[in-house]
Amino acid sequence: MNYQDWLRADRLPHIYCAGCGNGTVINCTLNAVNQMGWAPEDTVFVSGIGCSSRAPGYIITDSLHTTHGRAIPFATGVKLSRPDLHVVVFTGDGDLAAIGGNHFIHGCRRNIDLTVVCMNNYIYGMTGGQGSPCTPLGAVTTTTPYGCHEPPFDLASLAVAAGANYVSRWTSYHVQELTRAVKTGLETPGFSLIEAVVQCPTGYGRKNKLREAQDMIVWMRDHAVLLKKWRRMDDEGTPHPAGTFPVGEFVRRNLPAAGVPK
Amino acid sequence: MTRLEFMQGNTACAEGAIAAGCRFYGGYPITPSTEIAEHMARKMPKIGGVFVQMEDELASIASVIGASWTGARAMTATSGPGFSLMMENIGYAVMTETPCVIVDVQRGGPSTGQPTRASQGDMMQCRFGSHGDMSIIAVSPASVQEMYELTAKAFNLADRYRVPAFVMADEIIAHMRERIEVPDSVEIVPRRPLEKGTLPFAPGEDDVPGFPAFGHGYGVHVTGLTHDDRGYPSSTDPRVHERLVRRLVGKVEGANREIADYEVTNPDAEVVFISYGAPSRSVAQAIRDLDDERVGHLRLKVVWPFPDFALAAFKSARVFLVPELNLGQMAREAARHTAVPVVPVSEIGGELHTPQRLIAMAEGYL
Ligand SMILES: Cc1ncc(C[n+]2csc(CCOP(=O)(O)OP(=O)(O)O)c2C)c(N)n1
Ligand code: SF4
Repeated sequence: MNYQDWLRADRLPHIYCAGCGNGTVINCTLNAVNQMGWAPEDTVFVSGIGCSSRAPGYIITDSLHTTHGRAIPFATGVKLSRPDLHVVVFTGDGDLAAIGGNHFIHGCRRNIDLTVVCMNNYIYGMTGGQGSPCTPLGAVTTTTPYGCHEPPFDLASLAVAAGANYVSRWTSYHVQELTRAVKTGLETPGFSLIEAVVQCPTGYGRKNKLREAQDMIVWMRDHAVLLKKWRRMDDEGTPHPAGTFPVGEFVRRNLPAAGVPK
Repeated sequence: MTRLEFMQGNTACAEGAIAAGCRFYGGYPITPSTEIAEHMARKMPKIGGVFVQMEDELASIASVIGASWTGARAMTATSGPGFSLMMENIGYAVMTETPCVIVDVQRGGPSTGQPTRASQGDMMQCRFGSHGDMSIIAVSPASVQEMYELTAKAFNLADRYRVPAFVMADEIIAHMRERIEVPDSVEIVPRRPLEKGTLPFAPGEDDVPGFPAFGHGYGVHVTGLTHDDRGYPSSTDPRVHERLVRRLVGKVEGANREIADYEVTNPDAEVVFISYGAPSRSVAQAIRDLDDERVGHLRLKVVWPFPDFALAAFKSARVFLVPELNLGQMAREAARHTAVPVVPVSEIGGELHTPQRLIAMAEGYL
């Protein structure tokens, strides 16, 4: 199969805005799934609510598009009941970290054998660009019109602390790395979080001087720092330039996991 | 062959579920339902099932719905506060036609109220608690025996109609211990699989589509959004929404007579008690003590859909008396279906109606 064979052709065109980063992440994920050689009938996609969570609707496998924030417990039920099925979760930063925050940390703690792909666009896309728990300090959104004054969650570090077996962060600029990271997540037993920073020109870019999709892709390229370098700077006591963030593999380990096929 | 056992109501509920083939339990502890989870935790691993203690009730019902989509019979149990937390996902189960069983061992509310005292205060929440127009099925046991039997029945109803089915128990029934007859096996009406080549949400003959379980190559997309017969979102076309929601409601309401389960005592009575759950026991005692054919009893085992036609069985009724552990929830429902006066007989705080009180009331109308 080609990764495009995983798409549900009769549902196109999709609802995403022109220039949205979600399409890139879906392509990377399907590419990784395809490389696993899995049969579509053995693969299930689960999501919550949000632009990102619409992804399963465009994929030919069995899929559950559930309630806002609850994708992980739905997926937990599928996986524990049928550990032989491969279960992949699509979610957004609001879905995963705000309303779904409790399920997220408990999914990690339980180390349930899921691969969670979070499209982090720093805002609530579907409801029109409100601030999310991942909105950077100072960023302007419809609910932070004077600039966000609450510090954001670091989803990747949170997942590591909560017990996930595999955690990576990349962006929609890093297509190869992102695809490889998803594939590693799929191969790793236990909970995998792949955080993908994506551009949302409609909700985020427009208000933060990154009006065109390309502007934000360039911004991501210029502000993503490889984790190795990031940690070296920490060791040296070198401050990180404003707006930069680490990308790479945060953890890969083999803690006891739930829902792993025997 | 049956075997006699002395059992607690909650244990009987768990055992009835297991006998009916329940193999997935996801839950969160709350009084007075917790013994169900504890019993499932002991039993499930031994019979190849799954017990998972989730982080809260939203997660519990979510896990149950996820498990159900793999074809498993799945259940959760809770009480008032947890029941409220489940409401959004219960609506999801209705919209996606996911069979599942939800046990609500009712305690005194609102809020955390009376954790260890009995109530029937969630009858309307069960029916209308989730948003949107919908119909569900609910049973209400009046004995430990019925905790076993009606829980098993709830699985069959859930699978038959592809709808969440509720066991609306109360603390009295859940915590009492009685001798029960445990049968060797219970009737199992399996979920009908979707015929290959048919659309996963097309109404079919009886408005209940076959079930396309995950992992069988159906490639079904399940969404809580308004969807067409293929399961694809179609949330702005008024006709698609109306057709879907009318079918979801109609498949349950239209089968009311088929689903109904009730007992009639003294159909020629003039004064008729309507009851369900624990108060049925006081009514039964009152009827025995009165020994007067002018006093009758309609005892509901299935409470939703409400068997409105059953009221008409009492042709000489002059008044319906409805003893409930709430301020008149089902009495109001009964009143919608009859011109005969309906009088709520409320008892809240955790005590059951005494037979003496019911006798005095009935005599007042004779
Ligand atoms: C219980 C509940 N609260 C609120 C909403 C409204 N809502 C829909 S999508 C969304 C935010 C989605 O944001 P995110 O998860 O970041 O996904 P994105 O759209 O940005 O991909 C919200 C709040 C909802 N559907 N359900
Ligand atoms: S609002 Fe943002 S996240 Fe949603 S589709 Fe448009 S660009 Fe993508």
